[in-house]
Amino acid sequence: MTTFTNSIQLVYVLAAACFVVGLHLMNSPATARRGNQVSTAGMVIAVIATLVLLIHEGTVTAVGWTVLIVGALLGSAVGLWSARTVQMTAMPQLVSMFNAVGGGAAALVAIYSYIHDESAAGGVLGSTTVFTVLDVLIGSVTFTGSLIAAGKLQGIITGSPVMIKGGRVINLALIVVALGSAAFMLTTASLPALLLVVLASLAFGVLMVLPIGGADMPVVISLLNAFTGTAVAMAGFVIQNWALIVAGALVGASGGILTKLMADAMNRSLSNIMLGGFGTGDTAVAAVAATDAQIRSIAADDAAIQLAYASKVIIVPGYGLAAAQAQHGVAELAKLLEDRGIEVSYAIHPVAGRMPGHMNVLLAEANVPYPQLKEMDEINPEFPRADVALVIGANDVTNPAARRPGTAISGMPILDVDQAQSIIVVKRSMGTGYAGIDNELYTNPKTSMYFADAKRAVAEMTAAVKTLVA
Amino acid sequence: MSTALVTDLTIFILALLVGIEVIGKVPATLHTPLMSAANSIHGIVLVGALLIGLTAHDTVGYILAFVAAFFAAANVVGGYVVTGRMLKMFRRKAAPAPVQAAKPAEAAAAAEQRESVRS
Repeated sequence: MTTFTNSIQLVYVLAAACFVVGLHLMNSPATARRGNQVSTAGMVIAVIATLVLLIHEGTVTAVGWTVLIVGALLGSAVGLWSARTVQMTAMPQLVSMFNAVGGGAAALVAIYSYIHDESAAGGVLGSTTVFTVLDVLIGSVTFTGSLIAAGKLQGIITGSPVMIKGGRVINLALIVVALGSAAFMLTTASLPALLLVVLASLAFGVLMVLPIGGADMPVVISLLNAFTGTAVAMAGFVIQNWALIVAGALVGASGGILTKLMADAMNRSLSNIMLGGFGTGDTAVAAVAATDAQIRSIAADDAAIQLAYASKVIIVPGYGLAAAQAQHGVAELAKLLEDRGIEVSYAIHPVAGRMPGHMNVLLAEANVPYPQLKEMDEINPEFPRADVALVIGANDVTNPAARRPGTAISGMPILDVDQAQSIIVVKRSMGTGYAGIDNELYTNPKTSMYFADAKRAVAEMTAAVKTLVA
Repeated sequence: MSTALVTDLTIFILALLVGIEVIGKVPATLHTPLMSAANSIHGIVLVGALLIGLTAHDTVGYILAFVAAFFAAANVVGGYVVTGRMLKMFRRKAAPAPVQAAKPAEAAAAAEQRESVRS
């Protein structure tokens, strides 16, 4: 190694250090913004160092510079535009798209490297082949898998599990094809074999995500995030670049941790989630309690009285809030109550929404201060002291049936909404949640049902509270 | 097994452990920004895409370089901008007076747009 290339490597190490420090600063909302800036600085110096290296080597052709610059500028424009215009409710789709392009780029880097080495004099090293195959496999699966996930989140593809007849057999065949080609590549360098791995992996990505239902998306996005990180790290092995290895490992770790947290919050194993949605096994018809029980429905005026004369209100948001874009309305209602001296907090279940922390971002957007957003373990002991628990668009995560064995959601950690003095549930209909079972909370004598779209319901309640206290 | 490979593996494993240690402490409130930040960090693949340029001297190489640079740049720029936009919204106390209060006519549309204008 020359002094020059050594210096470039050192800059990459510096960039990697920036990523670690940046992630470390994400430990608290107060320092998180600085963390993002530190991380951005790391990225900028890594890119500059690379450009310096390209100029120094002097082997990039005029066409080469043109395609790189035009490609990067167009990509930046698309990235910038989508990042600026995306609505906070659509955040999961955007993150999914970034996973897709990141995984795709990582796969392309390895594919190019393989084509180049194969035609070169020295051929492809055995160890490089291993990392190339891993990168291409994981990157391609991430690419199509994330596109399908984004399509499901956007509503272009149905959010409910899509079961393909013989899907498992096809998956198995694809795995055999991919691994077979990979094994062949270890003995003989072969571009067609690599392309076979690419095609099989692309198809596998589609088939892997299609059978997964909307409410399992927090797990899927986290997993695909971990995949992208791993693919980038493998690309780092292929081209011998430390910046890619470290950054990829960090993202792999982050995605892995989130995947585990999300799966734990649903009390389901990863394999159970990946093999398809609820309602496909024996648990679908599990114990349904008290179907003939009375349901009480409530009007805006009565709900307003309960809320306006409470001393402590806990709001429980779920995906329904995001779907109805009701976050600003909810924040307005909460503000109104707080101005009356009522203590308002939000109970956030780890898997509420379509990605980890989805509800927190939506409520932050609506100007809700983050100390009011409470995690499950923190808020659960407070429910017995709450005069009203206002459930907006959340279902399975509030179902007391999870505490009993023998139901589809048994053992899933839930919010203890039923412990509150009274409960108001805003819901469009009596339909079941993702797990496909009745929510016993709705038949609780303390519960009143407010049948409406979340946005409308919140607006009506806000108006009613205003009239009441005016 | 070459020395370079051993070095790379060492770096990979240590980075993985650092990642687990650092990220394990991030509160649930910040999970979406965390994932988005991680997303922008894997945009480092842009470096890999640019390095293709060193040896790309034919059509296939140029096409791969173009697509990889496009993907990676979208990843890195979009990731950082959207993470910054999200983090800007997290406040300890509620903002004094929302911007839209001053212009009631725009109030309905302002909710979403306010955010994008600010970033």
